[in-house]
Amino acid sequence: MKILAAATVALLASTSAFATTITVEAGDNAQERLQTALIEAAPGDTVQIGEGRFELTDGLSLDVAGVTVQGAGADATILDFTNQQGSGEGLLVTADDVVLTGFAVENSAGDGIKSKEADRIVYRGLRVEWTGGPAETNGAYGLYPVESEDVLVENSIVSGASDAGIYVGQSDRIVVRHNIVRNNVAGIEIENSFNADVYENMVTQNTGGILVFDLPNLPQMGGHSVRVFRNMIQDNNTPNFAPEGNIVASVPTGTGVMIMANRNVHVFENMIADNGTSNVMIVSYTQAFDDPNYNPLPRAVFLENNQHGNAGYAPDFEGGEMLAAAVGGQLPPILWDGTGEAILSNDEAMVLSLGLTAAGQSVAEAQPQPVDLHTDDIPEQPGEVSLPMAMEAADQ
Amino acid sequence: MIRALAALFGWLALVSASAAQPGRAPVALDVILGDTLPRNLSEFRFFSDGIGQTPNARVIGYELNTPLFSDYAVKQRFAFVPEGQTVRYTEEGVLDFPVGSALIKSFGYPADFRDPGSPVRWIETRVLLRRESGWVALPYIWNEDGSEAVLARAGRRLPASWIDAQGETQAISYRVPNQNQCKGCHARHDEITLIGPQARNLNDGSRLAQWVDWGFLDRAPVDAPRLPVWDDESDGSLAERARAYLDVNCAHCHNRDGPASNSGLFLQYQEADTVARGILKRPVAAGRGSGNLAFDIAPGDPDRSILLFRMQTDDPGIAMPELGRALLHREAIALIRRYIAEMPQPAS
Repeated sequence: MKILAAATVALLASTSAFATTITVEAGDNAQERLQTALIEAAPGDTVQIGEGRFELTDGLSLDVAGVTVQGAGADATILDFTNQQGSGEGLLVTADDVVLTGFAVENSAGDGIKSKEADRIVYRGLRVEWTGGPAETNGAYGLYPVESEDVLVENSIVSGASDAGIYVGQSDRIVVRHNIVRNNVAGIEIENSFNADVYENMVTQNTGGILVFDLPNLPQMGGHSVRVFRNMIQDNNTPNFAPEGNIVASVPTGTGVMIMANRNVHVFENMIADNGTSNVMIVSYTQAFDDPNYNPLPRAVFLENNQHGNAGYAPDFEGGEMLAAAVGGQLPPILWDGTGEAILSNDEAMVLSLGLTAAGQSVAEAQPQPVDLHTDDIPEQPGEVSLPMAMEAADQ
Repeated sequence: MIRALAALFGWLALVSASAAQPGRAPVALDVILGDTLPRNLSEFRFFSDGIGQTPNARVIGYELNTPLFSDYAVKQRFAFVPEGQTVRYTEEGVLDFPVGSALIKSFGYPADFRDPGSPVRWIETRVLLRRESGWVALPYIWNEDGSEAVLARAGRRLPASWIDAQGETQAISYRVPNQNQCKGCHARHDEITLIGPQARNLNDGSRLAQWVDWGFLDRAPVDAPRLPVWDDESDGSLAERARAYLDVNCAHCHNRDGPASNSGLFLQYQEADTVARGILKRPVAAGRGSGNLAFDIAPGDPDRSILLFRMQTDDPGIAMPELGRALLHREAIALIRRYIAEMPQPAS
């Protein structure tokens, strides 16, 4: 019997069926030990990072598919990049089927955790934080999956990003849920992406809460099919601290949800309150561009059953104060620049249109007036984003 | 001094390539082709005595018209091609090396850049092995006396110091890249690829034909494309030299299939789309790398161009390239500054 068992073990081992756990504890030479573990891990392995503070001088990277990187918790395992000397991010993942869970990245020089062309990636129970609070010198993105299919970001906390706390770019099939994002320029940004569900997140004290954008001159354009629902989007009034030149530097302080140059975006059942410029803003891309394949207009946007709190009491855009004075001292909760097509709202909140007719038209030409965007012909929702079972199964 | 070295290596290569040396074990082809990660560089037998002193048979030294800047490190480059095989010429992209080939590149600093006889302290040697499964990149770090280099997959920081060409003492924390960072530059569509040995960058007028003579390369068309020497004002126009520099130093990431594909900034020498080349292109995902500027290249206005801004800083959250540059490349900054300054401003 023993022999049989041994033979079975040998057989399994020879087919690499055994996932092993590589443990890395805090202490001297953490950089090289942790990076070595991330290089030597085999598909199916877990790199277990111990409790404590890991002082790191360079970015870490993982390029092995099917690896789980697991810490002892977002407050217990801390990857500290305060003295980072090189690399553009704290941790870079470039392989498929990776799970990142239970650790923190603090004060990275650039982005916190980036994954590129990393399909079926799971970000779970993480914390990325710039501990000095909002500052232009903080890194750009906290959690940054890009050019990937099937992306799950959940149960994580991001604070202090000088661009977006959670940024998903040029990707397809995305779920962002149950996160807390605060003190970032943008809380959550879905950019040049297809099929995203953003729900049940706590989005507060950012400059802008949730952004759904599309930009020109990029490999993937034509962002569409995004659902933003059941989020708490409150008090996003942190003065914009993004470096100029970045698109988020143009986001007015006090923005709840902003939809720009996207198609088929449904925003529903959110609680949106206390955003000084606007609870929901629907606009086209206004800058000059040279790209025949780019559509700068918002299309097929639908708002429904959102609960609106106070908004529009401190509009942060040129002419905003005058505009507010003209409509009774305070802007209504929903702002639309007037461009695009099939912009609809069944929310019980007033919509102010700027009456513009083309992308890039000067706000000086605005003809603001309240508009009724109500419809009885409810547009069909974008489909629910369903991720591969294995990504959900890892949820425990 | 660099060119004199190059000539010397060319001669060594000629000697080593033209005749088999009796009594010396050849390059360990089985180690190149195997599935192990050799601990010591000497296991490959690329050299008979330490770093680069005497290349083994079919190991040839080469230079590039425009090289990658690596914190002013001097570099020795060698290629190995198995006996009886040749590299296949390709006009675009890198040459096609047969399975069993290897590229070997060493990095070090002379004690004093003003003294041509100054000994070089070699820090590391990076090898790229062409295995059946594709290219494998491995970094090796040299011991103090230069007798052996040992595999360091996780990379390392090492102190390096030298006296530069202006007589100033320089000291940096030199970063030996980890194995993944190798891929950070050498990846196309998730596969490791070569960067340097493109026909256009190897082509100095005679090298390709030499390689054919030595049985290394299958053919060398007389009209093979040629990248200018970035710092030779007699070679090509200002724009050509600037674009050659950007190609070699940036386009390994900034191309449509590379690690920076999501940026939309593509800096290959032959890139035709002016917006993709950065001209009046707005930044994407640049964060504070934008430096509060609106365009990658603002024609005629280098100080308002993000591309130059990111070359002029050593802040790791801003600096480009992201890897392998702790120092500013002053001569290149001057070149790119002139390139942008002399660019015609758009009408309007």
